[in-house]
Amino acid sequence: MCLAVPARIVSIEGTEAETEIGGVRRRISLALTPEAKVGDYVLVHTGYAIGIVDENEAEETLRLLQEIVSLAP
Amino acid sequence: MIGQYRGSADSERVTRSRVVKFIDEYRNSDLAKKLARTIASRSSRPVRIMEFCGGHTHAILRYGLRQLLPTTVETKSGPGCPVCVTATPDLDKAIAIAHLPNVITTTFGDMMRVPGSYSSLQQAKAEGGDVRTVYSVADAVDIARANRQKLVVFLGIGFETTAPTIAAAILKARQEKIANFSVLCLNKLTPPVMKALLDSGEVKLDGIICPGHVSVIIGSHPYEFIPRNYGVSCVISGFEPLDILLCIEKLVTQIENGTPTVESAYTRGVKPEGNKRALQLMEEVFEIDDANWRGIGIVPQSGLRIKSNYEEFDADKIFSIKLQPSREPKGCRCGDIIRGAATPLECSLFKTICTPESPVGPCMVSSEGACAAYYLYGTEANSFGLSKTKKLHSETK
Repeated sequence: MCLAVPARIVSIEGTEAETEIGGVRRRISLALTPEAKVGDYVLVHTGYAIGIVDENEAEETLRLLQEIVSLAP
Repeated sequence: MIGQYRGSADSERVTRSRVVKFIDEYRNSDLAKKLARTIASRSSRPVRIMEFCGGHTHAILRYGLRQLLPTTVETKSGPGCPVCVTATPDLDKAIAIAHLPNVITTTFGDMMRVPGSYSSLQQAKAEGGDVRTVYSVADAVDIARANRQKLVVFLGIGFETTAPTIAAAILKARQEKIANFSVLCLNKLTPPVMKALLDSGEVKLDGIICPGHVSVIIGSHPYEFIPRNYGVSCVISGFEPLDILLCIEKLVTQIENGTPTVESAYTRGVKPEGNKRALQLMEEVFEIDDANWRGIGIVPQSGLRIKSNYEEFDADKIFSIKLQPSREPKGCRCGDIIRGAATPLECSLFKTICTPESPVGPCMVSSEGACAAYYLYGTEANSFGLSKTKKLHSETK
């Protein structure tokens, strides 16, 4: 139910967007994320983008993970 | 139309090895093993952590994280499965509506096979009811637009992740004057039920893995009362294995240091303030009310109902349903499992009478249900890890 997958916005038409994930395309609603732009990755839940993926934070998390394991005894 | 898959020239060339951005990099098994070793090195005493969300339960079991984690870290499933927590009388009402003539009932697929007191949606469909599975509430609006002579009801289940999509659908239906669309609003809220579980004291917790996609909507602030009032650590997690391990690393560090607070291990998805637009739409369409949770009962201010300004979309106002007294399946321990008071392994029906092919309770039906997760992935190693942890707990308490 609370599943959401990150999909890239390929095009926008009104309040709907064409998104792509792993080569599969899906039309979704941007009613909850009207600020989303072409090229953004959005979290898609039951046909609606519920949030925009913050790419800087994604990189920061990967960096943090490396740092944590490098500090391990 | 929302939710329709469309094959593209691209998709035909896709192979399974194609990297999916923001998913595959969080499934690195070498990093996961190292992170688990880091957690083990930091964990000096037994801790009990509840993963609120059923999606986390499935990910923990599916990726074998319990085998990776030290025996000092016990993870427990919580009530975060919307299908599972839907109370039997509410399900009975949905099934009664599904039997009505001139009605199309639309629902997420997981609800179809959940047994009510006397029937199920699947049975209602077999008996002639027009019951349709949809991927999105937007599909239900499309069905209403295409079937103006029928009343189209959507079963509104789900937490804060799903509620704004339903609010958006109701607003769209009003804008397009689709008067034959309505919602049976059974949506529920996360922080109030966390409070109810902590108040009951039935399950002692050191930390909570907070639900990532609920938090995309509500942000991190609504959990702040938990460390403040109960001394329980809260870390928001995504759903990939490295997300969950990072979350547990943060929880164990907080617990070891005695500094419970709210943190996020899912910053690429969750902003502290949440999704303001989604919260605005919820506020416009819904008001907060008490709600009935399977296994827990009435939890104050833990549910949503449609505001009177939108009552033409409220199935509760449109249909007058008289219900027989509800009854629970005999021997089913879904209620205990939802509260974290029992594991599926402690239910005598599990894997004997109750299986995915012939489910007795919702936790075996739903793709987020704990029983379904244990059935699919609950290997001997998982069970062993669990019993070892339980033993450790009993030795130290």
